[in-house]
Amino acid sequence: MRRRDFLTTAAAGAGAPALLGACASSAGGDSGPLEYLSLAWQKESIEVNKALVAEWNKRNPSVKVRYVQGSWESVHDQLLTSFEGGEAPDIIHDEANDLTDFAHGGYLADLRTLLPEGLKGQISKANWDTATIAGGIYGVPFLHDPRVLIANRKMLEKSGVRIPAAGRPWSWGEFEDVAKELTVPGRRYGVAWSMKEPVNQSVNLAMSTGGAVFHRERGKDVVRLGEADSHVIELIHRQVNEDRTAARGSLGMAGSDTLPGFFAGRYAVLPLNFSFRQQVMQQAPDGFEWVTLPMPAGRAADGGGQLQGVSPQTLSVSQDTSRKKAAMAFIAFMTRPGHMARLAEGDWLVPTGREALRDPALNTDEHGWSTGLRIASDLRASPVLGVRGYPEWKDKVATPALQEYYAGGIGLRALREKLVGDGNRILARYQR
Amino acid sequence: MITSRSAAARAGQYLALLCYLVFLAFPLFWLLSTAFKSPQELGSVDAAWLPRHPSLDSFSSAFEQQPLARSALNSVIVASCAAAVSVAVAVPAAYVMVRYRSAVSKAATGWILVSQMFPFVLVIIPLFLVLKSFHLINSLAGLVLVYVVWNLPFALWMLQGYVRAVPASLEEAAAIDGCSRFRTLLSVVFPLLTPGVVATVMFSFVTAWNEFFFALVLLKSPEKQTMSVILTHFIGAEGAADLGPLAAAALMATLPSLLFFALLQRRLVSGIMSGAVKG
Repeated sequence: MRRRDFLTTAAAGAGAPALLGACASSAGGDSGPLEYLSLAWQKESIEVNKALVAEWNKRNPSVKVRYVQGSWESVHDQLLTSFEGGEAPDIIHDEANDLTDFAHGGYLADLRTLLPEGLKGQISKANWDTATIAGGIYGVPFLHDPRVLIANRKMLEKSGVRIPAAGRPWSWGEFEDVAKELTVPGRRYGVAWSMKEPVNQSVNLAMSTGGAVFHRERGKDVVRLGEADSHVIELIHRQVNEDRTAARGSLGMAGSDTLPGFFAGRYAVLPLNFSFRQQVMQQAPDGFEWVTLPMPAGRAADGGGQLQGVSPQTLSVSQDTSRKKAAMAFIAFMTRPGHMARLAEGDWLVPTGREALRDPALNTDEHGWSTGLRIASDLRASPVLGVRGYPEWKDKVATPALQEYYAGGIGLRALREKLVGDGNRILARYQR
Repeated sequence: MITSRSAAARAGQYLALLCYLVFLAFPLFWLLSTAFKSPQELGSVDAAWLPRHPSLDSFSSAFEQQPLARSALNSVIVASCAAAVSVAVAVPAAYVMVRYRSAVSKAATGWILVSQMFPFVLVIIPLFLVLKSFHLINSLAGLVLVYVVWNLPFALWMLQGYVRAVPASLEEAAAIDGCSRFRTLLSVVFPLLTPGVVATVMFSFVTAWNEFFFALVLLKSPEKQTMSVILTHFIGAEGAADLGPLAAAALMATLPSLLFFALLQRRLVSGIMSGAVKG
């Protein structure tokens, strides 16, 4: 059991909620600055966050905000303990995927009545869906980190394959052919799938072929692995184990681990998150040319087969804070089009706001920015969002099962038995 | 024949020791090397043992991004205080538990063992609530208190062994010579416990220095956070990391404990008591 799950259980078991009724209070009380827990970690992003907080404090001396640095590694445990102890930050930066349990636990404020009209209209319904849980909105989705292909430009051009564009991506079949074309046995693989964390990407990419893996049936979440759900999963397995066009060695790697091989010409194409462009830009040797391409598209699926599941970064308000309106006003300030664009630029991510997407600073072909902005309309709420029990299914069942399948240790039938059979037993426990 | 065999055995022992030392030193060496490499070198598939173009950029970047100096000072304060208080409590407690055997001391020894079985995730929320009621959340003093409580069982257990090794006859001899109980403890027993005290100080200091989760949860203000918490700020989502600055910061986080060990290790000698008692 991961520490996160254990801590959740411990929190419930300790009878903490009963104790907390008496001592829960606003994090900063009614006076003092509001606390803003930020998970920005890249230098530029931290600078933008701090600059925006300073600007807010200058304009709003009566409702000051204090910047508190958190980290992605430990945010769940930190928040859970703080919520249970009634000391949670007023404004919380997190990821939509992490909001489910907190929203169900009553720790986050439902923002529906607090959201200003301007902000509501700025963000599309597809994006609001990512932070909507059981009918309530528990966060303002403001930054996306979709999957893209980062490719060696010279290898692509030399191979003579069609270079895809956001409006005309490769089909999955075409992608398989391109990977074959780019593979030089013994020297180079066409693609390197980094599968240290295989679950989110496997589920999110299933949307491009009309799949979802998580389906709603009779009011309950269930796992299914039909043809549409497993199309991309099977393709990756085929590339690694049959075509040998995908590197087996990269299956145990995180995204950044694949970069040295990419720079050395051992891998021609890397499926990575959009934000990895920053590392590519920083670490690429002089003269190395790379290009950002959209992920391949499925056939006969919604959205022209270009849909992709995402779990955006969000800004939420703690239920405990007595200054919800002020906290919401700060979030609205941070997500103003210009500010959202600055935050996106600092983190190398795609903004969710319509106007922010048109910001001139982001609309450039340099470092693949335009590719990310053009696929923004194809991003949908990841099927895993709002599914109770997903973290346990992911850690206990899906991660080992998918890793085994991709490495050729088990077949599709065994994978299905594990993901669906074992998975639904876990989900059922959360939906009694 | 016997000589050559023992020489070969000795050579084998040294070889094993060398392998062990290399095994221990390699992570530190790699950290050192990484901290001085440029981002391009870090992204190279041909990882070099030494930086090709050593640079201090990662250090300056680490200092610019995070309040490293402040967090290092916080870590020093917390770890030193935790070590000092742990020893101050554990030494007399261990002495009493060894020298005055009773049902209470047996129960206390049992409780020490039992208390080691609780994982920290189990106690963190109740602990958080207790500290909150004493206004010790977001306070270095609160964290010191937690570390003292957390370290005490092991410190007591360790020190009991050292106290037991001090012959009671030494204390009896001092008493016959006219020493008071306090004087006996101060001039006879405590000097002989020095290696144990040093080992306990080291253990308590390093445990507090490296501890992450309590510090993460109990300290909210950036200006109060310790090194171990600050280090995670160089790590992003899905394992992405700012490797150069992370290595530079981690190296700086390692140095104080290395220095601390270097200063104290001379005192960590077990032979101090040899010849203390005749016959």
